[in-house]
Amino acid sequence: MGEKSRAREGLRAYRLIAGMWIRSTMAYRLSFAMTAFGGVVVTGLDFVAILLMFSQVDVLGGYTLPEIAFLYGLSATSFGFADLAIGSAGRLGARVRDGTLDTLLVRPAPVLAQVAADRFALRRIGRITQGALVLGGALVALDVDWTPVKVLLVPVMLVCGGVIFSAVFVAGAAFQFVAQDASEVQAAFTYGGQTLLQYPPTVFGKELVRGVTFMFPLAFVNWVPAAYVLGRPYPLGLPEWAAFAPPLVAVACCASAGLAWRAGLRSYRSTGS
Amino acid sequence: MAAAFIELDRVEKVFDVRKKTGFLKRERRQVRAVDSISFTVARGEMVGYIGPNGAGKSTTIKMLTGILTPSGGRLRVAGIDPSRERTRLAHRIGVVFGQRTTLWWDLPLIDSYRLMHRMYRIPDGRYRENLDRLVELLDLSALLDVPVRQLSLGQRMRGDIAAALLHDPDVLYLDEPTIGLDVVSKGRVREFLRELNAERGTTVLLTTHDLQDIEQLCSRVMVIDHGRLVYDGALTGLHEAGESERTLVVDLERELPPIEAGPAARVVRVDGPRQWLAFPASESAAPLVARIAAAYPLVDLSVREPDIEAVIAKMYAERAEQADRAGKAAS
Repeated sequence: MGEKSRAREGLRAYRLIAGMWIRSTMAYRLSFAMTAFGGVVVTGLDFVAILLMFSQVDVLGGYTLPEIAFLYGLSATSFGFADLAIGSAGRLGARVRDGTLDTLLVRPAPVLAQVAADRFALRRIGRITQGALVLGGALVALDVDWTPVKVLLVPVMLVCGGVIFSAVFVAGAAFQFVAQDASEVQAAFTYGGQTLLQYPPTVFGKELVRGVTFMFPLAFVNWVPAAYVLGRPYPLGLPEWAAFAPPLVAVACCASAGLAWRAGLRSYRSTGS
Repeated sequence: MAAAFIELDRVEKVFDVRKKTGFLKRERRQVRAVDSISFTVARGEMVGYIGPNGAGKSTTIKMLTGILTPSGGRLRVAGIDPSRERTRLAHRIGVVFGQRTTLWWDLPLIDSYRLMHRMYRIPDGRYRENLDRLVELLDLSALLDVPVRQLSLGQRMRGDIAAALLHDPDVLYLDEPTIGLDVVSKGRVREFLRELNAERGTTVLLTTHDLQDIEQLCSRVMVIDHGRLVYDGALTGLHEAGESERTLVVDLERELPPIEAGPAARVVRVDGPRQWLAFPASESAAPLVARIAAAYPLVDLSVREPDIEAVIAKMYAERAEQADRAGKAAS
């Protein structure tokens, strides 16, 4: 089977399984409505915390409120897409531990697609909605000289950010083949990374920013390209073209996550649980 | 003789087990879960695969279904190397894990079948035909619209078996298919499997702890212990291999000292006028009964067939003893 037809098979299986989960959720409509609403409230409070901070200060790390809202919106929205699409892979460890991963391995569909669609939860749209609202507000409030390139960069950031976060989810899932109780570690990188990106790089230590740029390239989700849009100095004095690197970074992240996934699955199948 | 459908040639599975010995220290140890097993199963056979917990049964099944990659040896199912072509093999096999349902908990049973229909790309006509047949044979028609969480264990097992057969697999693996079921449900499942095997020629390989499953279904049985195949053959042969004994229960008119009935039989228990005599399963009971009837005041008697469980337990015990002796000799 070629890579292309594998990808097609994967998407098809993903759609089928996600559809089943949506219908399962709808078996408990009230519970769905409540968790979806709760999700919006909780993620909403996240931004309220930032608003509260700005009631005391005018700038944070040299960034104004609309600028921080811009960072926040980009990070939350792209993370929301990744979480909706593939966040369930973070529960792989539980499936490895209780042995139910085996039931997925005897199906004629790529395991990654099945794991990603596992417990597909529409309520995660709440996070995307909230992020998009903040982003929309920021775009209106920002005092930026919009050029066509800057306008185009916003959707590119969202797509690439979603892809980069997805790669982090997959890599985290792959790690759980080896360490089954590592879902907390994964959460530190995914949810933690997302929260980190909601603040400007200038408030963090240089070592941390360096790590998030070169080792674990989350900086390309918003920090670097947003610096271009906002006309701010780049973190770590990166060259100007770095703002346009997100697509390349996203591809590289996918490639390494794919390799990690393969290695993880291979080690599971040669060691069992 | 039909061609071999499942082929194992010196298949091994070695696990690296890490044991915690300190805060961060781990001791590595190799465990041979499956140790050079060879066997073939012809198309249409129905084979029981038994052994104590941790003997390597599940590991073998996992290698046959492509879940695990063997550490050594050659393995083929329908000409396919399971671990290399897992998804291609998936279309040819059906798997039922007795303790893990693959049905959708919150959805009506029929929804799980519709998913199978699409995921396995079963042609519409064949899906309809298979579904109708399975619903009838497994008595599922009243359950199709019931959410799976409301089904009883026996109903769910029947539902799971149907789900594993919708795509017409050539071979069906069942891991503990009757675990936890009541007598009626067990009977139903067994009857269905017998028909499936007889009428559709589906090859069936089942692991079980319930020896009645084996007695009622399988003409061939394989016993695995410590990762090795210790017996492979007809069920009847298992008795001889295990040197099993039958029991003659004798009711006498009154309490008497233990019966003396020749060298082949010995009294194993006395309880008032009733006495239990053990004799080799391979010998006829008639001469023994005649001898006792001639010498003792007999009221009633009955013969008990050896319990296959006891036979296998004895087999395990003997092997453990041998291993023990070998171990002592080596040290």
